[in-house]
Amino acid sequence: MINVIKYRWVFLGISAILIALSIFALTNFGLKEGIDFTGGSLWQLKVNATPTEISNFFENDLKLPLSSISHDESTGVYSLAFRDITDAERNSAMDLIKKEFGEDVEEVDFWTVSPSVSAETKNKAFTAIGLVVLGISLFIAYAFRKVSRPVSSWKYGAITLLTLVHNVVIPAGAYALMSHYMGISIDTNFVVALLVVMGFSVHDTIVVFDRIRENITKARSVNLNEIINKSVSETIRRSINTSLTLIIVLLTLYFLGPLSLKYFVLTIVIGTTVGAYSSIFVASPLLGLAQGKKSSNR
Amino acid sequence: MTSRRSNILIFILIFLVAIGAGFFIAPKNFGAKYLPWRLGLDLVGGTALVYEVDLTGIDSNKYDEMVSSLRAVIESRVNQFGVAEPKVTIAKKGSKYELLVELAGIKSEDAAAQIGATPTIDFRELKDLGNGKVEIVKTALTGRYIQNATLSFSSTNQPVFNFELKDEGPKIFEEITARNIGKKLCIFVDDNFIFPATESDPNGPAKSCPNVNEKISGGRAQISGGDITIESAQKLVERFQAGALAVPIKLINQRDVNASAAADSLTKIIIAGIVGTLLVMFFMVINYGAQGLIADMALLIYTVLTLAIFKLIPGFTMSLSGIAGFILSIGMAVDANILIFERTKEELKRGLARESAIAEGFRRAWSSIRDSNISTIITAIILYYFTSSFVKGFALTLGIGVVMSMFSAVYITRILMRIVTRNKTNNQ
Repeated sequence: MINVIKYRWVFLGISAILIALSIFALTNFGLKEGIDFTGGSLWQLKVNATPTEISNFFENDLKLPLSSISHDESTGVYSLAFRDITDAERNSAMDLIKKEFGEDVEEVDFWTVSPSVSAETKNKAFTAIGLVVLGISLFIAYAFRKVSRPVSSWKYGAITLLTLVHNVVIPAGAYALMSHYMGISIDTNFVVALLVVMGFSVHDTIVVFDRIRENITKARSVNLNEIINKSVSETIRRSINTSLTLIIVLLTLYFLGPLSLKYFVLTIVIGTTVGAYSSIFVASPLLGLAQGKKSSNR
Repeated sequence: MTSRRSNILIFILIFLVAIGAGFFIAPKNFGAKYLPWRLGLDLVGGTALVYEVDLTGIDSNKYDEMVSSLRAVIESRVNQFGVAEPKVTIAKKGSKYELLVELAGIKSEDAAAQIGATPTIDFRELKDLGNGKVEIVKTALTGRYIQNATLSFSSTNQPVFNFELKDEGPKIFEEITARNIGKKLCIFVDDNFIFPATESDPNGPAKSCPNVNEKISGGRAQISGGDITIESAQKLVERFQAGALAVPIKLINQRDVNASAAADSLTKIIIAGIVGTLLVMFFMVINYGAQGLIADMALLIYTVLTLAIFKLIPGFTMSLSGIAGFILSIGMAVDANILIFERTKEELKRGLARESAIAEGFRRAWSSIRDSNISTIITAIILYYFTSSFVKGFALTLGIGVVMSMFSAVYITRILMRIVTRNKTNNQ
């Protein structure tokens, strides 16, 4: 039997450290917003040059200071973000780039967003986040609606929500780190990835909590910690295996899939891994703690 | 025995449907001839242009009418590019309208210029302010009332510009001409006075705009004489015929994907999808042996059936994010099987006979399967309604995938398990 209760301070400590690091990264580095949130142009070019050369050329020769630059070494494709430009500006810029870096410069993708659209996209992203949190909270309330003793149902719900926050804050913190060191900015895809993580991450917690309730009703003596250990041991294989199948496809997508999906996939990988960890090692010990205090108060 | 026979029959039926679906979704032969896949710009390359429709100064009752005539004009223009399947759609966003143009396989530098720089045509009258000064005043007659325009020649071989008006156009034109008999009436394209003299004409409109000789009823008119040249008349005919936009539009969003880069993305994601699916199947066999094989069988049936459903959705376009959503759903599809198999193992440990352990496993795992998919379905529905088109594809494939996976993992697996376990008990 796995004793999550005995080592709960270790497991909760690991989570606390990760959360602290994530909050530190988020507050210190922040999340750089992509052009779909700020407006502007995103140009993907295959150029044989160093990032400094490109950044200097755009700033000094083209008068288009880059708001972000990222480079994929395997394909040699640069993603460059700057203010929104017209097709005419883009054509003349392309001519100058070819003059400077050679005729073999290849345009992979060009995307431009006007400020009015980006404001709306951002608005919608926030609405979607709010609605998903609301929808999942309502669902959690519904899932744990039945009264169960000795643990009241709102505790299951509150802890499930708490782990959901945990599972979202850590990938967001990881993204802030990537944003700072690799010049990646957050876009709609990032928001979608976090929402998908929210959807996935409550699965496992619900499965474990369901089992705890089932075992409570079956058990004669009510030693909650024992029941928690038993329930986690019974469900740990399915928690790990269901997350693993998802992580398997995500990792193949990360390594074999197209460049444009890399960070989207990576965010979900981190979220799913953290979610599997939290359902086993965070949610259940927290339930024990929440109840433990109450029992001693009695 | 009868229930086993009916299980076998149902399975054979599902299997045949799956084989049919397999042919249907194949990108070659039959599948390509009958209802081929529609692929998004991010998979074939091309240009997507989003325009904001400026409806200021227009009666709100006429918005729909204006927007649909705008769409018709843009469509006729887009058709000139010779793109296989051009898409022109209008989206109403709150009180605003947006026009979306998708052109597969062409670069925007050609397209945006020709669609975006579209002329707005309107007729203007001259108001005499005295002292030889005139003011140019807009009239209600705009490009949206233009039906047709042609160039012809008079008996003295002079070029004649003819045009025809539609809807309320003839009535408006009649009123304008009635109050301007003996005066001049000008045609402006893109707010520029273009006809028949050049913009640089120092005397401007007052001198060179055509004269109104009489009240014109019936909506047909011609302009001849004066400074009209064949070139200027021909140019005007082109502008009129291309369909003038009744309302101005502004480019607000543009996406331009290189065709070879798009093809590369498509190849990469298909390979990733196939490898990912094979790895999941391998994982299931390693962990659950023969049961894993059954889950794999159900997974394959799930894959072809779900792809066939996507293809059957009217107007469905498969995008890169759509494929990503589907691949994620493959990773989740076996989750239900894992929940069932693990539960069955527990029931076996508890001492139940194999057959009833499986029945119990299915029964008890169901609430977990349902609950664990509901939150993802909630997310998919909200994403579908609250995001732009690129994310919509992802939300749709993920949502449909998850719903279908519940059917395949529970229903198809159960039928297969029943067939197989009955065999075992018979052999004993």
